Amino acid sequence: MNPPLVLPSIGLRPILPLLVMAATAALVLLLDLVPPRERKDHLGFVSALGVVATLIVTYWMIFSAGGADLRGFHGMVVLDTFALFFNIIIGYATGLVLLLSMDYIRREGMESGEFYILLLLSAIGMMLMASAGDLIIVFLGLETMSIALYVLAGFFRTRIEAGEASMKYFLIGAFSSGFFLYGIALIFGATGTTNLDRIANAVTAGAGRDPMLIIGLGLLLVGFGFKISSVPFHMWAPDVYEGAPTSVTAFIATGSKAAAFAALLRVLLTAVRGAPIDSTMLLWVLAAVSMTLGNVVALAQQNLKRMLAYSSIAHVGYMLVGVVAGGALGNGSVLFYLLVYTFTTAGAFGAILLLERSGQEAVKLEDFGGLAARHPLLAVALSIFLLSLTGIPPFAGFVGKFYLFGAAVKSGYVWLAVIGVLNSAAAAYYYLRLIVFMYMREPEGAPTVLAPSLSGALALVVALWGVVQLGVAPGPLFDLAQAAVIPLLR
Amino acid sequence: MAYLLSLVTFLPTIGAVLVLLLPRRQEAATKLATVAITVATFVVSLPLYFRFDRASADYQFVEVKSWIPSLGVSYHVGVDGISVLLVLLTTFLMPLVILSSWHSVESRWKEFAITMLLLETGMIGVFVALDLFLFYVFWEAMLIPMYLIIGIWGGPNRVYAAVKFIIYTLTGSLLMLVAILFVYFQHGTATNTYTFDLPVLVRFVIPAGFTQDLLFFAFALAFAIKVPMFPFHTWLPDAHVEAPTAGSVILAGVLLKMGTYGFLRFCLPLFPQASLHWAPLLFTLAVIGIIYGAWVSTVQPDIKKLVAYSSVSHLGFVVLGLFTLTMQGLVGGIIQMVNHGLSTGALFLMVGMIYERRHTRLIADFGGLWKVIPAFSVLFLIVCLSSLGLPGLNGFVGEFLILVGTFQVHRLAAVFATTGIIFAAVYLLWMYQRVCFGEVTNEANRRLSDLSAREWAVLLPVLLFIVWIGVYPTTFTTMTEPSVQALITQVQSKAQAASAMLAPDARP
Repeated sequence: MNPPLVLPSIGLRPILPLLVMAATAALVLLLDLVPPRERKDHLGFVSALGVVATLIVTYWMIFSAGGADLRGFHGMVVLDTFALFFNIIIGYATGLVLLLSMDYIRREGMESGEFYILLLLSAIGMMLMASAGDLIIVFLGLETMSIALYVLAGFFRTRIEAGEASMKYFLIGAFSSGFFLYGIALIFGATGTTNLDRIANAVTAGAGRDPMLIIGLGLLLVGFGFKISSVPFHMWAPDVYEGAPTSVTAFIATGSKAAAFAALLRVLLTAVRGAPIDSTMLLWVLAAVSMTLGNVVALAQQNLKRMLAYSSIAHVGYMLVGVVAGGALGNGSVLFYLLVYTFTTAGAFGAILLLERSGQEAVKLEDFGGLAARHPLLAVALSIFLLSLTGIPPFAGFVGKFYLFGAAVKSGYVWLAVIGVLNSAAAAYYYLRLIVFMYMREPEGAPTVLAPSLSGALALVVALWGVVQLGVAPGPLFDLAQAAVIPLLR
Repeated sequence: MAYLLSLVTFLPTIGAVLVLLLPRRQEAATKLATVAITVATFVVSLPLYFRFDRASADYQFVEVKSWIPSLGVSYHVGVDGISVLLVLLTTFLMPLVILSSWHSVESRWKEFAITMLLLETGMIGVFVALDLFLFYVFWEAMLIPMYLIIGIWGGPNRVYAAVKFIIYTLTGSLLMLVAILFVYFQHGTATNTYTFDLPVLVRFVIPAGFTQDLLFFAFALAFAIKVPMFPFHTWLPDAHVEAPTAGSVILAGVLLKMGTYGFLRFCLPLFPQASLHWAPLLFTLAVIGIIYGAWVSTVQPDIKKLVAYSSVSHLGFVVLGLFTLTMQGLVGGIIQMVNHGLSTGALFLMVGMIYERRHTRLIADFGGLWKVIPAFSVLFLIVCLSSLGLPGLNGFVGEFLILVGTFQVHRLAAVFATTGIIFAAVYLLWMYQRVCFGEVTNEANRRLSDLSAREWAVLLPVLLFIVWIGVYPTTFTTMTEPSVQALITQVQSKAQAASAMLAPDARP
């Protein structure tokens, strides 16, 4: 008699939100094969519905499952409030980008089902990074996310800048993956495991003094540095942001950054917390340099996508301030800021991609001259996003920065907060410059026209709702962000 | 009456939404609606005067609602003798400003109305907020409408002026934000209650020394830029000259008062020891501002620029009065804030009226207006005299009280400051002489029309208060006295407490 086959019990609950997203991707892949062939709108709708379902599942798990803390696949995947919070960020980022893309890619003559599928696959990678309990899973998520994004960056394949963006993103991404993987190998060498909890145990048991671990951690930071595009690993960002389709740029700026921050925070907070080395000083410098360089170079940009690329580098600097500050307040404010930044940046890119001039995308400052007179509502929306990026109340960006700098002051990094606020003042110049063009200049040359897009308008409304609601009543979500990081700090 | 202050604060915002819903073509209706809203706000704010308890030094009409409980942020508003007059000044000036913009704002009236109404909410909010977070939100949020008013409806160099205005003020206020956070956490760590509530925070004694000095300077810089005090005044002439009349009046009448109000409400009670210790520095800067502003005014060829620089001089008096920490100095400072709002506001209004007629503001283009437009000239003379401090008009009361206060504390400062009044007479009367007296030198001036009914309606209320405060200031000074007395007591006792618990890094 054969012994009964013992199957390991695999609970699927820890990957429930991921499964919903993956099922959507699979469904869209199938639907792509059946007619209608010419229009792919319905794929966008199905994808968006899938994202909404993912968000609903995520919210449900947060609020009804009583702050879930699920582990699966032998600790490889962790679904705690931290992961769920990032699922919300990634869900909103994906949803907004989907809505913005639907009419946009048709307008640019590149409509195809693959776009949606790649977007969803990339989102799956991001969610996997947020739930990773093991460095291998971090890497898997990173690659799933990145490979899809490399293709998306070059999606407008007839354009020369798209090729450059994709190639550059791929080469530098592959390079950073190499660093990352080497870092994992060294950490494995030092601790004998890739599981974050077991690394933490080994570190407290004495492996923390191993130079191999320190070098490995350094290499991991380099890999993350590329993905969040902090100085000095930011060189790819402006070219990629400029060449990629604008909605994909928004996705790279929001979703991929959030995912990389999720994994970075989890590694820093759980795996190497007990190590005697202190990465705070290093992060302090990275934060200060990223803020300053990002803002200073952004001042000189004429192309809005490049300007927002440098501004995103500066915003990474602000978020690193929160990481430096640490604790529930510091890390919680990073999570909150990522959410705020997602709404704001997706909204800003969204408002830009709805405009075109002489058949070209309107991405130059001059294209926005006198826009307020012709498209007052869009001008107001874009202004609100820019004011939120500047950090002017009552919009979300202000509250986000308030928490970040507050955390820095609380932890005694007053000067870092001072550098941060001075940077914010400098940044006001280039954000407001766009408002100057919209409201205080007369239009010149061919008119800038608004491309009709119902889904795009919906995306802007959602983003505006996020920016205003998080600015006026930030309490509940900030409490959730803090609640998400507290278990990691124990 | 429980929600009176909220109503006063947010009525203009509700009005802005209403104006937004009006169709663009109905410009006349938009104008009437905007005037109606601002008048309604003024009427609603009147109980602040009539029901104000003059015997009490406490905050009145207080409302407290928890806003972000995890941070200790609450929606806490209230007025006392220090802020109530400024709130009333704001609601009083707004309808006049809207009326004055009837024709001078030529494009996008609807947007203009919405921006002005949102600005009003921001300004009132700054004066009534009793929570540092709430105060900061209003303080920053108010920058944007002002930026748009200068940048969209301003003169030829408006973009430069608008950007300069906002970058200047933003830099100062962001440093203040760090200081606010620092105070918040220091109070939180020491007492284990984390709160931004001002009445709670002012009871907290920050040890005297380097830390308190730095915090004081972070706050003082934000307010000094706003006032503006020498040497942070360079944004002001640009902003004033480029701003439309409405913008200039609001800027001079209300926005600059936020700086002096900030000194009074935050710097003095939060950092009393540093305030007293650094008062000589502020005296010096104030006196330099008084004299420098007056001298520079004298040589201006442009009337509006002359009035703009005179603000630097007049606000120097206010700062001087506040930092004497004497009853006379403080009451004089508060009254002078109101006076400056009325007199300089009226000057800007009248410069705007003459600019509407002639599209120039150069003194050299005028002359002999007395013969052409006598009513205008008479009113202009009264306003000039009020601004230069003629006894019987409002300016005298404030400046006299301030100088009495200063003389007790710092005689030399009082002596130098008094020359500022003489120079004020020089630049204003010399300007007036060249504009209104003599023969009509420019033919274009012969056909000027005198004040219209609308312009009378704008100016008469201001003149009423100019005379009222000049003749019987007690109506208003009694409102402020209990609060000022309480403030002085509090600052002095706190300064002693702070000195007693010298911080480890204290100065010797």
